[in-house]
Amino acid sequence: MMKKPPRIKLPEAINPGQIIEVKTLATHVMETGNRKDGTGKIIPRNIIHTFTATFEGEEVFSATLGSGIAANPYIAFFMKVPGPGTLTLTWLDDAGTTTVEKVPLSVA
Amino acid sequence: MLTAGAATLLMARVDSLRAAAPEDVATESAEFKAAFDALVGKSAPQSSGLTFDLPDQVENGDYVPVALAVDSPMTAESNVRAVHILSTANPRAAVATFRFTLLSGKAQVTSRMRLAKTQDVVAVAELSDGRILVTRRKVSVKVGGCGI
Repeated sequence: MMKKPPRIKLPEAINPGQIIEVKTLATHVMETGNRKDGTGKIIPRNIIHTFTATFEGEEVFSATLGSGIAANPYIAFFMKVPGPGTLTLTWLDDAGTTTVEKVPLSVA
Repeated sequence: MLTAGAATLLMARVDSLRAAAPEDVATESAEFKAAFDALVGKSAPQSSGLTFDLPDQVENGDYVPVALAVDSPMTAESNVRAVHILSTANPRAAVATFRFTLLSGKAQVTSRMRLAKTQDVVAVAELSDGRILVTRRKVSVKVGGCGI
């Protein structure tokens, strides 16, 4: 579960065909499943295991994450912007929570 | 009181002891070997073209910045399908897999990982022409990522 919405950073002005960097930061504990609580019981794994970025329904980039990714996962990737449209970013975690952010790209 | 020369000698001695400390040579986990073999198989991996940036040493294994980049035109004819990060000595070997498309434009990604202790971290890139690129980096960790 994300306590706060993810942070997403994009360039302010985008030209058609430009390759831009998309920086994302999700708020998530990324519990590894290897830690024990005070009574010695294993704390179940709860990590964001899948991140995807699509543009107008077409996949741009995706990631499968393991417990070796740090808490509050930061992922920065690149995208070649074909024109105006909406970038959809999706985070899925072990608890079944899906977080979706839709970012309209204003292309000059 | 130590003279400057004696102090230097002592420091050098301490450094050499530290370098030989057993935690400096974390052995590869069975899970890492299996994951690496599954990715690389019988191909002869190359190392040029895959840049794997991470610090040589970190104070804290909880947040270790990683940056991966593969030289590729990212066209239909020649592109990068995926890059994988494998840890040789974390409890779990598979750290992350990043998949690219032609819309990626550039096969480059930045993230942050956890390291339980001093170890090698391995990046494997899969290219559309079947080539496999491998880069291996050692990171010294003072305080391991908590409870990973």
